[in-house]
Amino acid sequence: MKNLFLIIKREFINKVRNKSFIVMTILGPVLILGMSALIAFLTKMNDAEVKKIAIHDANKYIIAQFENDKHTEYVDLSAMPFDMAKEQASQSYKALLYVPQVDSVQQVVEAVQYISDDSPSLETIFSIERKINDVVTKSNIEKLHIDYKKIDEAKANSELKVLKFSGENTLKGINEIKIAIGSLFGYLIMMFIVIYGNYVMRSVIEEKTNRIIEIIISSVKPFDLMMGKIIGNSLAGIIQFGIWAICGLAIMFAAHSLLGSSPQIDQAQGMIDAMQQQSPNSFDKLNLYIDEILKLPIITLLVSFVVFFTGGYFLYSSLYAAIGAAVDNETDSQQFLMPIIMPLMLGVYVGFFTVMNDPHGTIATIFSFIPFTSPIVMLMRIPFGVPMWQIITSMVLLIATFFGVVWFAAKIYRVGILMYGKKPTWKEIYKWLKY
Amino acid sequence: MNDILEIKNVVKRYGNYTALNGVSLNIPKGCIYGLLGPNGAGKTTLIRIINQITYPDQGQVFFNGKPLAPKNVGQIGYMPEERGLYKSMKVGEQALYLAQLKGMDKAEAKKQLKYWFEKLEIESWWDKKLQELSKGMAQKVQFIVTVLHQPELLILDEPFSGFDPVNANLIKDEILELNKKGTTIIFSTHRMESVEEMCEYIALIDKSNKIIEGRLIDVKKQYRNNSYQVGIVPHNVEKLMYDLTLKFKVESADFKSLNNELKLNVHLGDSTSNDLLPLLLQNGLVTHFTENIPSINDIFISSVQGLTPNQF
Repeated sequence: MKNLFLIIKREFINKVRNKSFIVMTILGPVLILGMSALIAFLTKMNDAEVKKIAIHDANKYIIAQFENDKHTEYVDLSAMPFDMAKEQASQSYKALLYVPQVDSVQQVVEAVQYISDDSPSLETIFSIERKINDVVTKSNIEKLHIDYKKIDEAKANSELKVLKFSGENTLKGINEIKIAIGSLFGYLIMMFIVIYGNYVMRSVIEEKTNRIIEIIISSVKPFDLMMGKIIGNSLAGIIQFGIWAICGLAIMFAAHSLLGSSPQIDQAQGMIDAMQQQSPNSFDKLNLYIDEILKLPIITLLVSFVVFFTGGYFLYSSLYAAIGAAVDNETDSQQFLMPIIMPLMLGVYVGFFTVMNDPHGTIATIFSFIPFTSPIVMLMRIPFGVPMWQIITSMVLLIATFFGVVWFAAKIYRVGILMYGKKPTWKEIYKWLKY
Repeated sequence: MNDILEIKNVVKRYGNYTALNGVSLNIPKGCIYGLLGPNGAGKTTLIRIINQITYPDQGQVFFNGKPLAPKNVGQIGYMPEERGLYKSMKVGEQALYLAQLKGMDKAEAKKQLKYWFEKLEIESWWDKKLQELSKGMAQKVQFIVTVLHQPELLILDEPFSGFDPVNANLIKDEILELNKKGTTIIFSTHRMESVEEMCEYIALIDKSNKIIEGRLIDVKKQYRNNSYQVGIVPHNVEKLMYDLTLKFKVESADFKSLNNELKLNVHLGDSTSNDLLPLLLQNGLVTHFTENIPSINDIFISSVQGLTPNQF
């Protein structure tokens, strides 16, 4: 036990003191900030660009509908003959929207053409089609001698109220929030496993290449060494994540006090404003949202996060340690890493695609029991309310598998650390299990 | 009970391969013990079993009369053949770390480290990272790390490989000094001259089996063949050779000397040197007379080739 503590301490200090670790810790938030700023900037740049589209609509059927907006400027070339307009459009405009001289508005639908050398974005096509449809629909209605206003009046606008059997109100948008929370936790676990599992592997390989391993295991049990590495590296990881979280919060607060409000809050404000316009009792709605978030099984979520996080990380990093022991250098590790990364990726994808659609569906449920995907998938499901027996079963399965895998990894580790020189095959590793 | 280490019928298998096939050894307390054998004979496996890195499939190992237990790691110092240290860790720090892993108290480890650093005159290296040191310097640190916790039993696997002659000598002296203070030392090596020079006991392992074990002198006695090397300036060569071959088996010999004499190997058979000497004295001027003592190297090679002492 004393040795385990010594190893944890060394691994932790060694990791934390490492230059690249310090640089990453400091640069991490800067990089993320920089990236978001860059993306925001690029999006803005894209937005700022004004497209010029020429319209040739000799009968003036639809041109009135096309008003300039922030992103698009429409230029009327109807006065020119079509050939000339086409010529000019090809030179100085992005595209030419050509409405042939047809007999009635109704025929425009079929005849209208969009002429351009680059294919337009879906958004552009939809927006143009919608505008044309509006004109033609309106004309159709008039032609049928229906009062347009009456149609507006006749239109129904249903709003589904979502309740629980207990009678409480639920909110439609709350599912997105739940998914966001679950995904955040699931994603965090995956990132942590991949990054720090790799650190564990590298640390094992380092001891092998330095040839110090035999000296150390003549003093301590290989199992202690492996666990010490896993725990020491994870502590360093938690510190790093902690620093990032604090930095993130600090930056948000700083931005808030400097700029008055952060972009996210602006957005949220916008949403609230929109909601206020929508319905008179929007404040109640906002409160409902807050209530709903507070009503999420927060304690369960946090406890589960800790259990699944620890279980998942230990499970995977012991495999990483075994791989590190089996190979002589990082390049050789690739073929063995594939089977580790696969279930992790599977977990994330299953989480994103099936949990979102149906949090309690068969596939989501099954994957939240399989120990290699459960840390990710179960955490994504928990915000939607998972029966306690499922959570506990999943945890028990995870912990049981963890012990099995650690036993298996420790065997490979014990043999592997003393093998030098040749790249092992799967078959050989299987043989090591029997030594 | 005077044995610090008693190995009884140890068997170790890796899959279908038998690395040790019922090996028994007794290592007396306070001696320098040479463990010899060609590559792949099973020496390293045996050493790893003593260090509890691996465990025997059958058989037992006793340390000071009691079955070897995890607590014994603090009493054993081990310098493996494949050795190294953390490259990016400071010398002092990692020596402390390794000593603590051996169960040493931190303050005590520091004191011992200081003693050794002063002794080998490397005090200024304490805060240097290992990667800043030359290979020879790193080897010194390696040695200190091995002996720092004052082990009763020191196991050195090819201790001189990688050392330059100056450092090798320095380390050899340190080893001898430790031995004088009572440390038992197991040498595993191919360097026969250091075995010859330092070891009191030897054991030879070949193809997973122990072939020879015992006091170096006894082994040599067992392998000697009662033959003598003779250097003589004869009065009459033909008469000398006639007289000699009448009684003994004679071959020409090759040894270094300053005279231009006749060099012979004389096998005495059942006779003694006293039977040979008068004959030589009658026939010329004797310049050289010595018994042929088999070197460890000869014994090593001939036993590995499967020869018994009598065929030697």
